[in-house]
Amino acid sequence: MLEHSLLSTLIWFPILAGVAVLAFTGDKHPRTSKILALASSVITLILCSVLYHRFDMNTALMQFQENYTWIPAYAIRYTLGVDGISMPMIVLTCYINFLVLLASWHSIKQKISQYLAAFLIMQGVIVGVFAALDAMLFYVFWESMLIPMYLCIGMWGSNNRFYASIKFFLYTFFGSALMLVALIYLGFQAHSFSILDFYSVKLAILPQLLIFFAFLLAFAVKVPMFPVHTWLPDAHTEAPAGGSAVLAAIMLKIGAYGFLRFSLPIVPDACRHLDWLMITLSLFAVIYIGFVAIVQKDMKRLIAYSSIAHMGFVTLGCFAIYRIVQNTGSLTHAYMSIEGALVQMISHGFTSAAMFFGVGVLYHQLHTRLIRDYGGVANKMPIFAALFMVFAMGNVGLPGTSGFVGEFMVVLSVFQASPWISLLATSTVVLSAAYTLWMYKRVFYGKIINEKVNTLIDLDAWDKLVFVLLALTILLLGVYPQPLLNIFHPTVEHLLSLSMQSKL
Amino acid sequence: MINLSHFLILGAILFCLGLTGFVVNRKNLINLLMCVELLLLAVNFNLIAFSNSLNDISGQVFVFFILTVAAAEAAIGLAILMVFYRHKHTIAVAELDELKG
Amino acid sequence: MEQLISNITIAIVLFPLLGALVAGLLGKKMGCTWSHRATIFYVFISFVLSLYLAKLVFIEHIPTFNLVVYHWGISGGVGFDVGFLIDQLSVLMLLVVTFVSLLVHIYSIGYMQGDPGYQRFFSYVSFFTFAMLALVTANNFLQLFFGWEGVGVASYLLIGFWFNKDSATAGSLKAFIVNRVGDFGFLLGIAAILATYHSIDYSAVFAQVDTTLSQTITVIPQHPWSVITLISLLLFVGAMGKSAQIPLHVWLPESMEGPTPISALIHAATMVTAGIYMIARMSPLYQHSPTALSVILVIGASGALFTGLIAIVQNDIKRVIAYSTLSQLGYMVAALGASAYTAAIFHLSTHACFKALLFLGAGSVILACHHEQDMRKMGGLWKLMPITYLTYLLGSLALCALPPFSGFFSKDAIIDAVHQTTIPGAHYAYFCVLTGSFVTAFYTFRSLFMTFHQTPRYDTAHLHPHESPWVVWLPLVLLAIPSVLLGAWLVKPLLFDTPPLLAQSVVPHLMESPQTAWSLMEESIHSPAFWLVISGIFSAWLCYIAFPALPKFFVRVLSLPYFILIKKYGFDDFNRVVFVDGSKSLAQSFSHTGDQVVIDNFFVNGSGRAVVFLAKLGRKLQSGLIYHYSLLMAIGLIAFLILILWPLKG
Repeated sequence: MLEHSLLSTLIWFPILAGVAVLAFTGDKHPRTSKILALASSVITLILCSVLYHRFDMNTALMQFQENYTWIPAYAIRYTLGVDGISMPMIVLTCYINFLVLLASWHSIKQKISQYLAAFLIMQGVIVGVFAALDAMLFYVFWESMLIPMYLCIGMWGSNNRFYASIKFFLYTFFGSALMLVALIYLGFQAHSFSILDFYSVKLAILPQLLIFFAFLLAFAVKVPMFPVHTWLPDAHTEAPAGGSAVLAAIMLKIGAYGFLRFSLPIVPDACRHLDWLMITLSLFAVIYIGFVAIVQKDMKRLIAYSSIAHMGFVTLGCFAIYRIVQNTGSLTHAYMSIEGALVQMISHGFTSAAMFFGVGVLYHQLHTRLIRDYGGVANKMPIFAALFMVFAMGNVGLPGTSGFVGEFMVVLSVFQASPWISLLATSTVVLSAAYTLWMYKRVFYGKIINEKVNTLIDLDAWDKLVFVLLALTILLLGVYPQPLLNIFHPTVEHLLSLSMQSKL
Repeated sequence: MINLSHFLILGAILFCLGLTGFVVNRKNLINLLMCVELLLLAVNFNLIAFSNSLNDISGQVFVFFILTVAAAEAAIGLAILMVFYRHKHTIAVAELDELKG
Repeated sequence: MEQLISNITIAIVLFPLLGALVAGLLGKKMGCTWSHRATIFYVFISFVLSLYLAKLVFIEHIPTFNLVVYHWGISGGVGFDVGFLIDQLSVLMLLVVTFVSLLVHIYSIGYMQGDPGYQRFFSYVSFFTFAMLALVTANNFLQLFFGWEGVGVASYLLIGFWFNKDSATAGSLKAFIVNRVGDFGFLLGIAAILATYHSIDYSAVFAQVDTTLSQTITVIPQHPWSVITLISLLLFVGAMGKSAQIPLHVWLPESMEGPTPISALIHAATMVTAGIYMIARMSPLYQHSPTALSVILVIGASGALFTGLIAIVQNDIKRVIAYSTLSQLGYMVAALGASAYTAAIFHLSTHACFKALLFLGAGSVILACHHEQDMRKMGGLWKLMPITYLTYLLGSLALCALPPFSGFFSKDAIIDAVHQTTIPGAHYAYFCVLTGSFVTAFYTFRSLFMTFHQTPRYDTAHLHPHESPWVVWLPLVLLAIPSVLLGAWLVKPLLFDTPPLLAQSVVPHLMESPQTAWSLMEESIHSPAFWLVISGIFSAWLCYIAFPALPKFFVRVLSLPYFILIKKYGFDDFNRVVFVDGSKSLAQSFSHTGDQVVIDNFFVNGSGRAVVFLAKLGRKLQSGLIYHYSLLMAIGLIAFLILILWPLKG
């Protein structure tokens, strides 16, 4: 029974819980709404662990499938299912959201029940994006995800929040319009809107290219890839800490997930033709954005740019496979490339969320995000400084932290595509160290210059819980990533066979 | 011999007159109403000409309908004009730009 | 037996980590005393267990022990493991690391006393020991890289240990980033290894080396390179970062901002030798690339001479020793370039002892002078600090490579090897290492004379230097013993025995005739190196004891060379202008011009503005005047009529 409704529960339970928080508790009982929200988040976490344990790691088939008629006139169905790529993403979503709710215990003061409801609803919708196997269902979840995030930035953001929220909305909405066209076209070609049916549709090269660009626009904005990345620094900067965390940790992954779920298997020939474009854009993200991050004056902007740079590795890993296979004649290293990209997605979820929470803690107390307003924070907040060091090292990609695993695997495998690509991508080891640690130095080290820094208080129990959980996850993934890789193997194998097969 | 095309040319001339009057007139709203009537009459002229040449009576029936509607329209138009004048104290067309974007 | 060795190895590596965790997490609750007791206890256990392993490897001659602890990750059929390799080289390194680390731990009790970050310090040092042990015991490149970066982080944290001091945090950042530049090459080297050998385990790589001798890789079109040369050079870039070779040496002097025990442990004895260790470990690979060896030889030899020259003009006692470390690292690298891997490891071991001794001795002096590091404000301390003075003297003699001290044997082997090698650049290298021995003797005794002899220049009314407590001088004494004896004891088994001591792990280089410690010392009387050392010490005596006005005279006469040396050949200025300022302004232009002006302002907000502009244009049409609308209607009607009727015309 549970098998056949687990995914639906994971989608609709938090949404209903969000509505309940909104409707029944309101602003008069902030404590009740917090407890209710946290409790439902814990329940979804428990469901996630069930999902993880019942997940069969030896097959690439979709699991936990649910299939109901939805709009029979157009063959649109309510189809859900997970494979080795989407399952970890769903767990990540629920985990990060749990941490967001924990971290908002003290930091959000106004309209708390709406805030909690927005995140619960967002969680359900994002799980829906990852679980949807019907293109229209996917599209509905994809677009509805924007609404709570838009509200979150617009309502709980800082000074420039209106500009940022509109920019965020228009950018991402603009991106996805053409995706809808592509999906409808594919739907008519396949006589079905099932994503799995799309995989077997034969397409000539021209439609493939058009579909590729339609998808590219939608997913590249979400990832975000250079040059459609500028909404991200604004949105991150203005969003509350929890919003930034969800945005960086989960929403960006949806773009990369889209490349893996749609672009590579549905239009493999177009991907093969245009892999140079994707590789170039990814390298731009790594190097150009890496440089841009160095000189940011605002901590959140800096971390936002570093997110873009890290996501560059994800897209690089996804699209380098064609060259790798062409050069080596075997799929061996292409595996590593895609799995590296996947690990990077998961890992970046944790490090970026952790860094945003960290800045949130500082912002909550001093109401400034500018680096120059800090200095000497380590004197007043030693525990926080130590934990933030772990996150910074994760961001730098130090071996032993999760940030290393993905970059290492991508760099190693991409060397087979071309030593030059690898060389350019590896420049991140210098750049990421430069921007992350320079920021760390200016914020945490040195003498206290700003009087207000003297008033800082170290982490309270709630924050400590959040940060320790994140730090442990980051270290655990860095020391022993094999369990995660095990989940990926069969799905990546299947994905590779699809993306290597010509559809002409 | 006066044939169909002469009637049609006359209708076209009347239509163009009405249209030109409608466009060039800047002063008086009543002129506009009159031009509209002229346009309708030009159309009527065509209908009658065709009805005659095709031996089909329905064209002339249409003309009666149009004349009736035009009369009603003129009445309503003049009523609106009166109300408008009371409101604005002018009926100059050039000043009627309430809908300007 | 296998089980026992694997348990011991894991224990050796993990115990310092345990110590670091205990001191770091529970330090506040346990207090200072129990923190240092815990960390020292764990490092001591590691040391004892290393001794036991040494007994097994060197006396009972157990075969090379390769242990896989767990599979870190398997992807696409390539396995990345966490595992240990116990052979002669790694055990030798284990001994060096745990020994020096143990003594530094003990020494720090005295040196760090009363510091608010006492527990944190011990936690970091133990963490460093863990990372270094993971590095030297790795059996694959992944774990090597883990240790490599781990020591880098520990070094970063410890240089910036006094994080309220701006120079310390700047130095730590510089050290980390320059090291990352090296890691850039190192990571690519690992990628090249994986691409060539489809594995990153040492054993698998070395087993396939012979099959790839003629394999080439095309990096630049039409210019195929030998893949082994490419790998060797890329890995060497990593070694240049970690072992501070020109031009990536700039971080090491700055690292002296950290507490002195750290300088002894990390920036003299262990971490900076990681690059030497790595190349020696990779000797089966490097052996086949004369090109790479030439590059290594030239860079190492240049470092040996030119960084030594800078030491002559330094006045900070720690910086003198730091530049001396750069110079000695240059010697080791030159030895590697001359294919004398064993000699490099030999010098690494002796250098670890006497350089740690010198640093700790300097620390003892600094402690006595209340954290004054400028030698111009010291002098005449030998009567007040006899133990420190004596041990410092022994360390200096070892550094100068005077027989029978340990440095003599190792450095003699290096000079000999560089003399014999015939690869391109050998003559230049020989000149450098030979001249370097004069320079070494000069600056070493300059610092000794300025610190312990001459008349006191410190404020004698207020400052009363006295001998340091036993926790400080005991490590000095314990280090002085190997500084004197280690060379004579190891030279025969390492270089002249058949098979040599490290034969299992390192490609041995052939020595012409078997010799003993005694015969080497006898021969040295006839070697130019010996007389250069003697003249170096004598010149130092002339300049700083006999005629103290002499240095000032030389500064005046040789003002240009002096200026160049004071500016450290301009590396720092060059880096600051080109790399730091350059990349900042590049980043600024990317951020401002690229992101803000072009993308955000022009494209993003520009498209918004374009919509507004078009809307404004369209607004003009909406005049609200009925005759405009009707005219447009008429025009439209006519246009449509023409459009429809035109095709019907013909």
